[in-house]
Amino acid sequence: MAEVTKLIHKYLRHDKKFPHVWCPGCGIGIMLGALIRAIDRIGYEKDEIVLISGIGCSGRLPVYVDFNTLHTTHGRAITFATGVKLAKPSLKVIVIMGDGDAVAIGGNHFIHAARRNIDMTALILNNSIYGMTGGQSSPATPYGMRSTTTIYSNIEQSFNISELAVTAGAAFVGRGTVYHARLLDSLMEKAFLKQGFSVVEVISHCHTQFGRQNRLGTAVQMMEQQRDQAVTVEKAARMKPEELKEKIVIGVLVDKELPVYQDEYEKIRERAKEVMGR
Amino acid sequence: MLLQGNEAVAEGALRAGCRFFAGYPITPATEISEVLSVRLPQVDGTFIQMEDEIASLGAVIGASLAGVKSMTATSGPGFSLMQENLGLAIIAEVPCVIVNVMRGGPSTGLPTFPAQSDVMQARWGTHGDHPIIVLSASTVRECFDMTIRAFNLSERFRTPVIVLIDEVVGHMREKMALDDEEEIEIFNRVKPTMPPEWYIPYEDTPSGVSPMANFGEGYRYHVTGLTHDVRGFPTSRPDEIGPFISRLHRKISSHFPEIQTAEYFQTEDAEITIVAYGCVARSAKRAVIEAREKGRKVGLLKLMTIWPFMRTAVEKVLQTSKVLIVPEMNMGQISREVKRVNRGITRVVALNKVDGTIITPMEILSRIQEVVS
Ligand SMILES: Cc1ncc(C[n+]2csc(CCOP(=O)(O)OP(=O)(O)O)c2C)c(N)n1
Ligand code: SF4
Ligand SMILES: [Mg+2]
Repeated sequence: MAEVTKLIHKYLRHDKKFPHVWCPGCGIGIMLGALIRAIDRIGYEKDEIVLISGIGCSGRLPVYVDFNTLHTTHGRAITFATGVKLAKPSLKVIVIMGDGDAVAIGGNHFIHAARRNIDMTALILNNSIYGMTGGQSSPATPYGMRSTTTIYSNIEQSFNISELAVTAGAAFVGRGTVYHARLLDSLMEKAFLKQGFSVVEVISHCHTQFGRQNRLGTAVQMMEQQRDQAVTVEKAARMKPEELKEKIVIGVLVDKELPVYQDEYEKIRERAKEVMGR
Repeated sequence: MLLQGNEAVAEGALRAGCRFFAGYPITPATEISEVLSVRLPQVDGTFIQMEDEIASLGAVIGASLAGVKSMTATSGPGFSLMQENLGLAIIAEVPCVIVNVMRGGPSTGLPTFPAQSDVMQARWGTHGDHPIIVLSASTVRECFDMTIRAFNLSERFRTPVIVLIDEVVGHMREKMALDDEEEIEIFNRVKPTMPPEWYIPYEDTPSGVSPMANFGEGYRYHVTGLTHDVRGFPTSRPDEIGPFISRLHRKISSHFPEIQTAEYFQTEDAEITIVAYGCVARSAKRAVIEAREKGRKVGLLKLMTIWPFMRTAVEKVLQTSKVLIVPEMNMGQISREVKRVNRGITRVVALNKVDGTIITPMEILSRIQEVVS
């Protein structure tokens, strides 16, 4: 407990008008905890962290922590992060997005950032819904579920966000849930330390919107569902696709070495100067 | 040196200290990207081609927050895509420069033909009440100078500045003396000097502009597109919202003399004054010279700051002229402003052309003839 108090004092903004905007029991707080613990464990200076978010319940996270924080436009956080990182590569850039933020309005930026392999970490809080605007369907809302804009049933297929990141070329992709808080801590730590574009998809619950509309129970019950649905990457490798249908595969999905954009650009600078010198 | 308008924009940006450019190819602005993709890495700057114009302006704002002077360049369709992030740069007070090389619209319109039809979009394209600074250039040298001025004003007032040029000026080649030794005034953002714990990032000051800390320099603060208090944190208190929005306007409106520039050509004794900007101001100048040769007292007020609108300059020529002619390659976006300022002082005549071709000196001369007879 003393340990927790120490972290709270070190990283939260006390002059910010708490209480926060989130519903009691929301999973975003658990993601915030994991983020702080991972940063503390690695030992980054607060000055070197830039935390950038889009718009949504998850987008409200940066305001509460004592880093350089930037709350941008809906879906565009990664583009701002690209500018920050390339302008000052010594900064550690972390982006926080909701599922709608990352793969609906911001889907294009997301895949292109993964393709470019710019060194930054994208944390995606996937609660299967547009939380902030009151429970409309998102590209991560599963087929057959209900939302305020699909009250008859969602007839669209959902994105598998982590698989999308893998296919788009991300150097590191991990998936966790807010139930598996320890795993989340370690996934974030790995992602932050990764040179290149890293992604952590955080499966969370929005009990007040998605949960209520689909009768999935309380926050605690929804977290128990995360526990029951989760299978590790190792176990999933031995399972058939049909068996994996309702499952959430957790762990490190990809971790590979790729040329990092800033390093490559440094070479471009050298070549450009050679050309100029001629 | 023979330079193209777009190349002069790129060179002006470099001279102003621009070290980051993010853009997406579009005619007739592409040369700015191409030149900077070659030049920026030579001076330890960064060029990146983004996936669209929304991303381009996002990256530009991010780079500026990290302390690097940044710019993007586009044309109509791309400028439309930038509007939301433009508003963020305004409310979060992030210096940056956006060049719009105007082409005919609406929509894809006339990619390779000039127009001046984004004047009002530059003013009001992003939602919400906001001030904006928009500059215009009508020669290659002015492309260079105006880009530098745009950076200076953006750094001085912590605001995005738009440079409007058009296809003609962007693609025109003219002789331009570019002297490396030439003294050019460069303004850099004022940074905080107090200890970080005393820093109040959006605190009011006599000028209305607060010192700006760059990310990573010890002053950790919050930047948001939400309406915020002096510390940068979102607020819903009327007593904080009102003063904040007022300050955003005041920091521009209390500095008009510093922001606004125009060129007066033979206006002292002019009975007919032409008010023009961009490529049309070139034709207008020619028309003035030819009209003077025939003994007509004609002058030109060339607007080099489009927004905030140069009310005082226009009022001056309204007082002294019998008639004002406002030729524009749009349906009357600036002539309407001139008429609004006029309030019955004198006669204001518009000359509009929207067929993708430039307004010629002949066309202005015949309008002068019509007005006189
Ligand atoms: C351009 C734009 N369109 C729409 C909105 C309204 N809006 C705010 S948050 C949001 C959805 C957020 O959903 P998600 O990204 O999943 O985040 P969550 O709230 O669930 O964390 C929308 C549509 C907006 N702010 N900007
Ligand atoms: S609406 Fe949903 S996602 Fe948003 S704070 Fe409440 S529980 Fe969390
Ligand atoms: Mg969501």
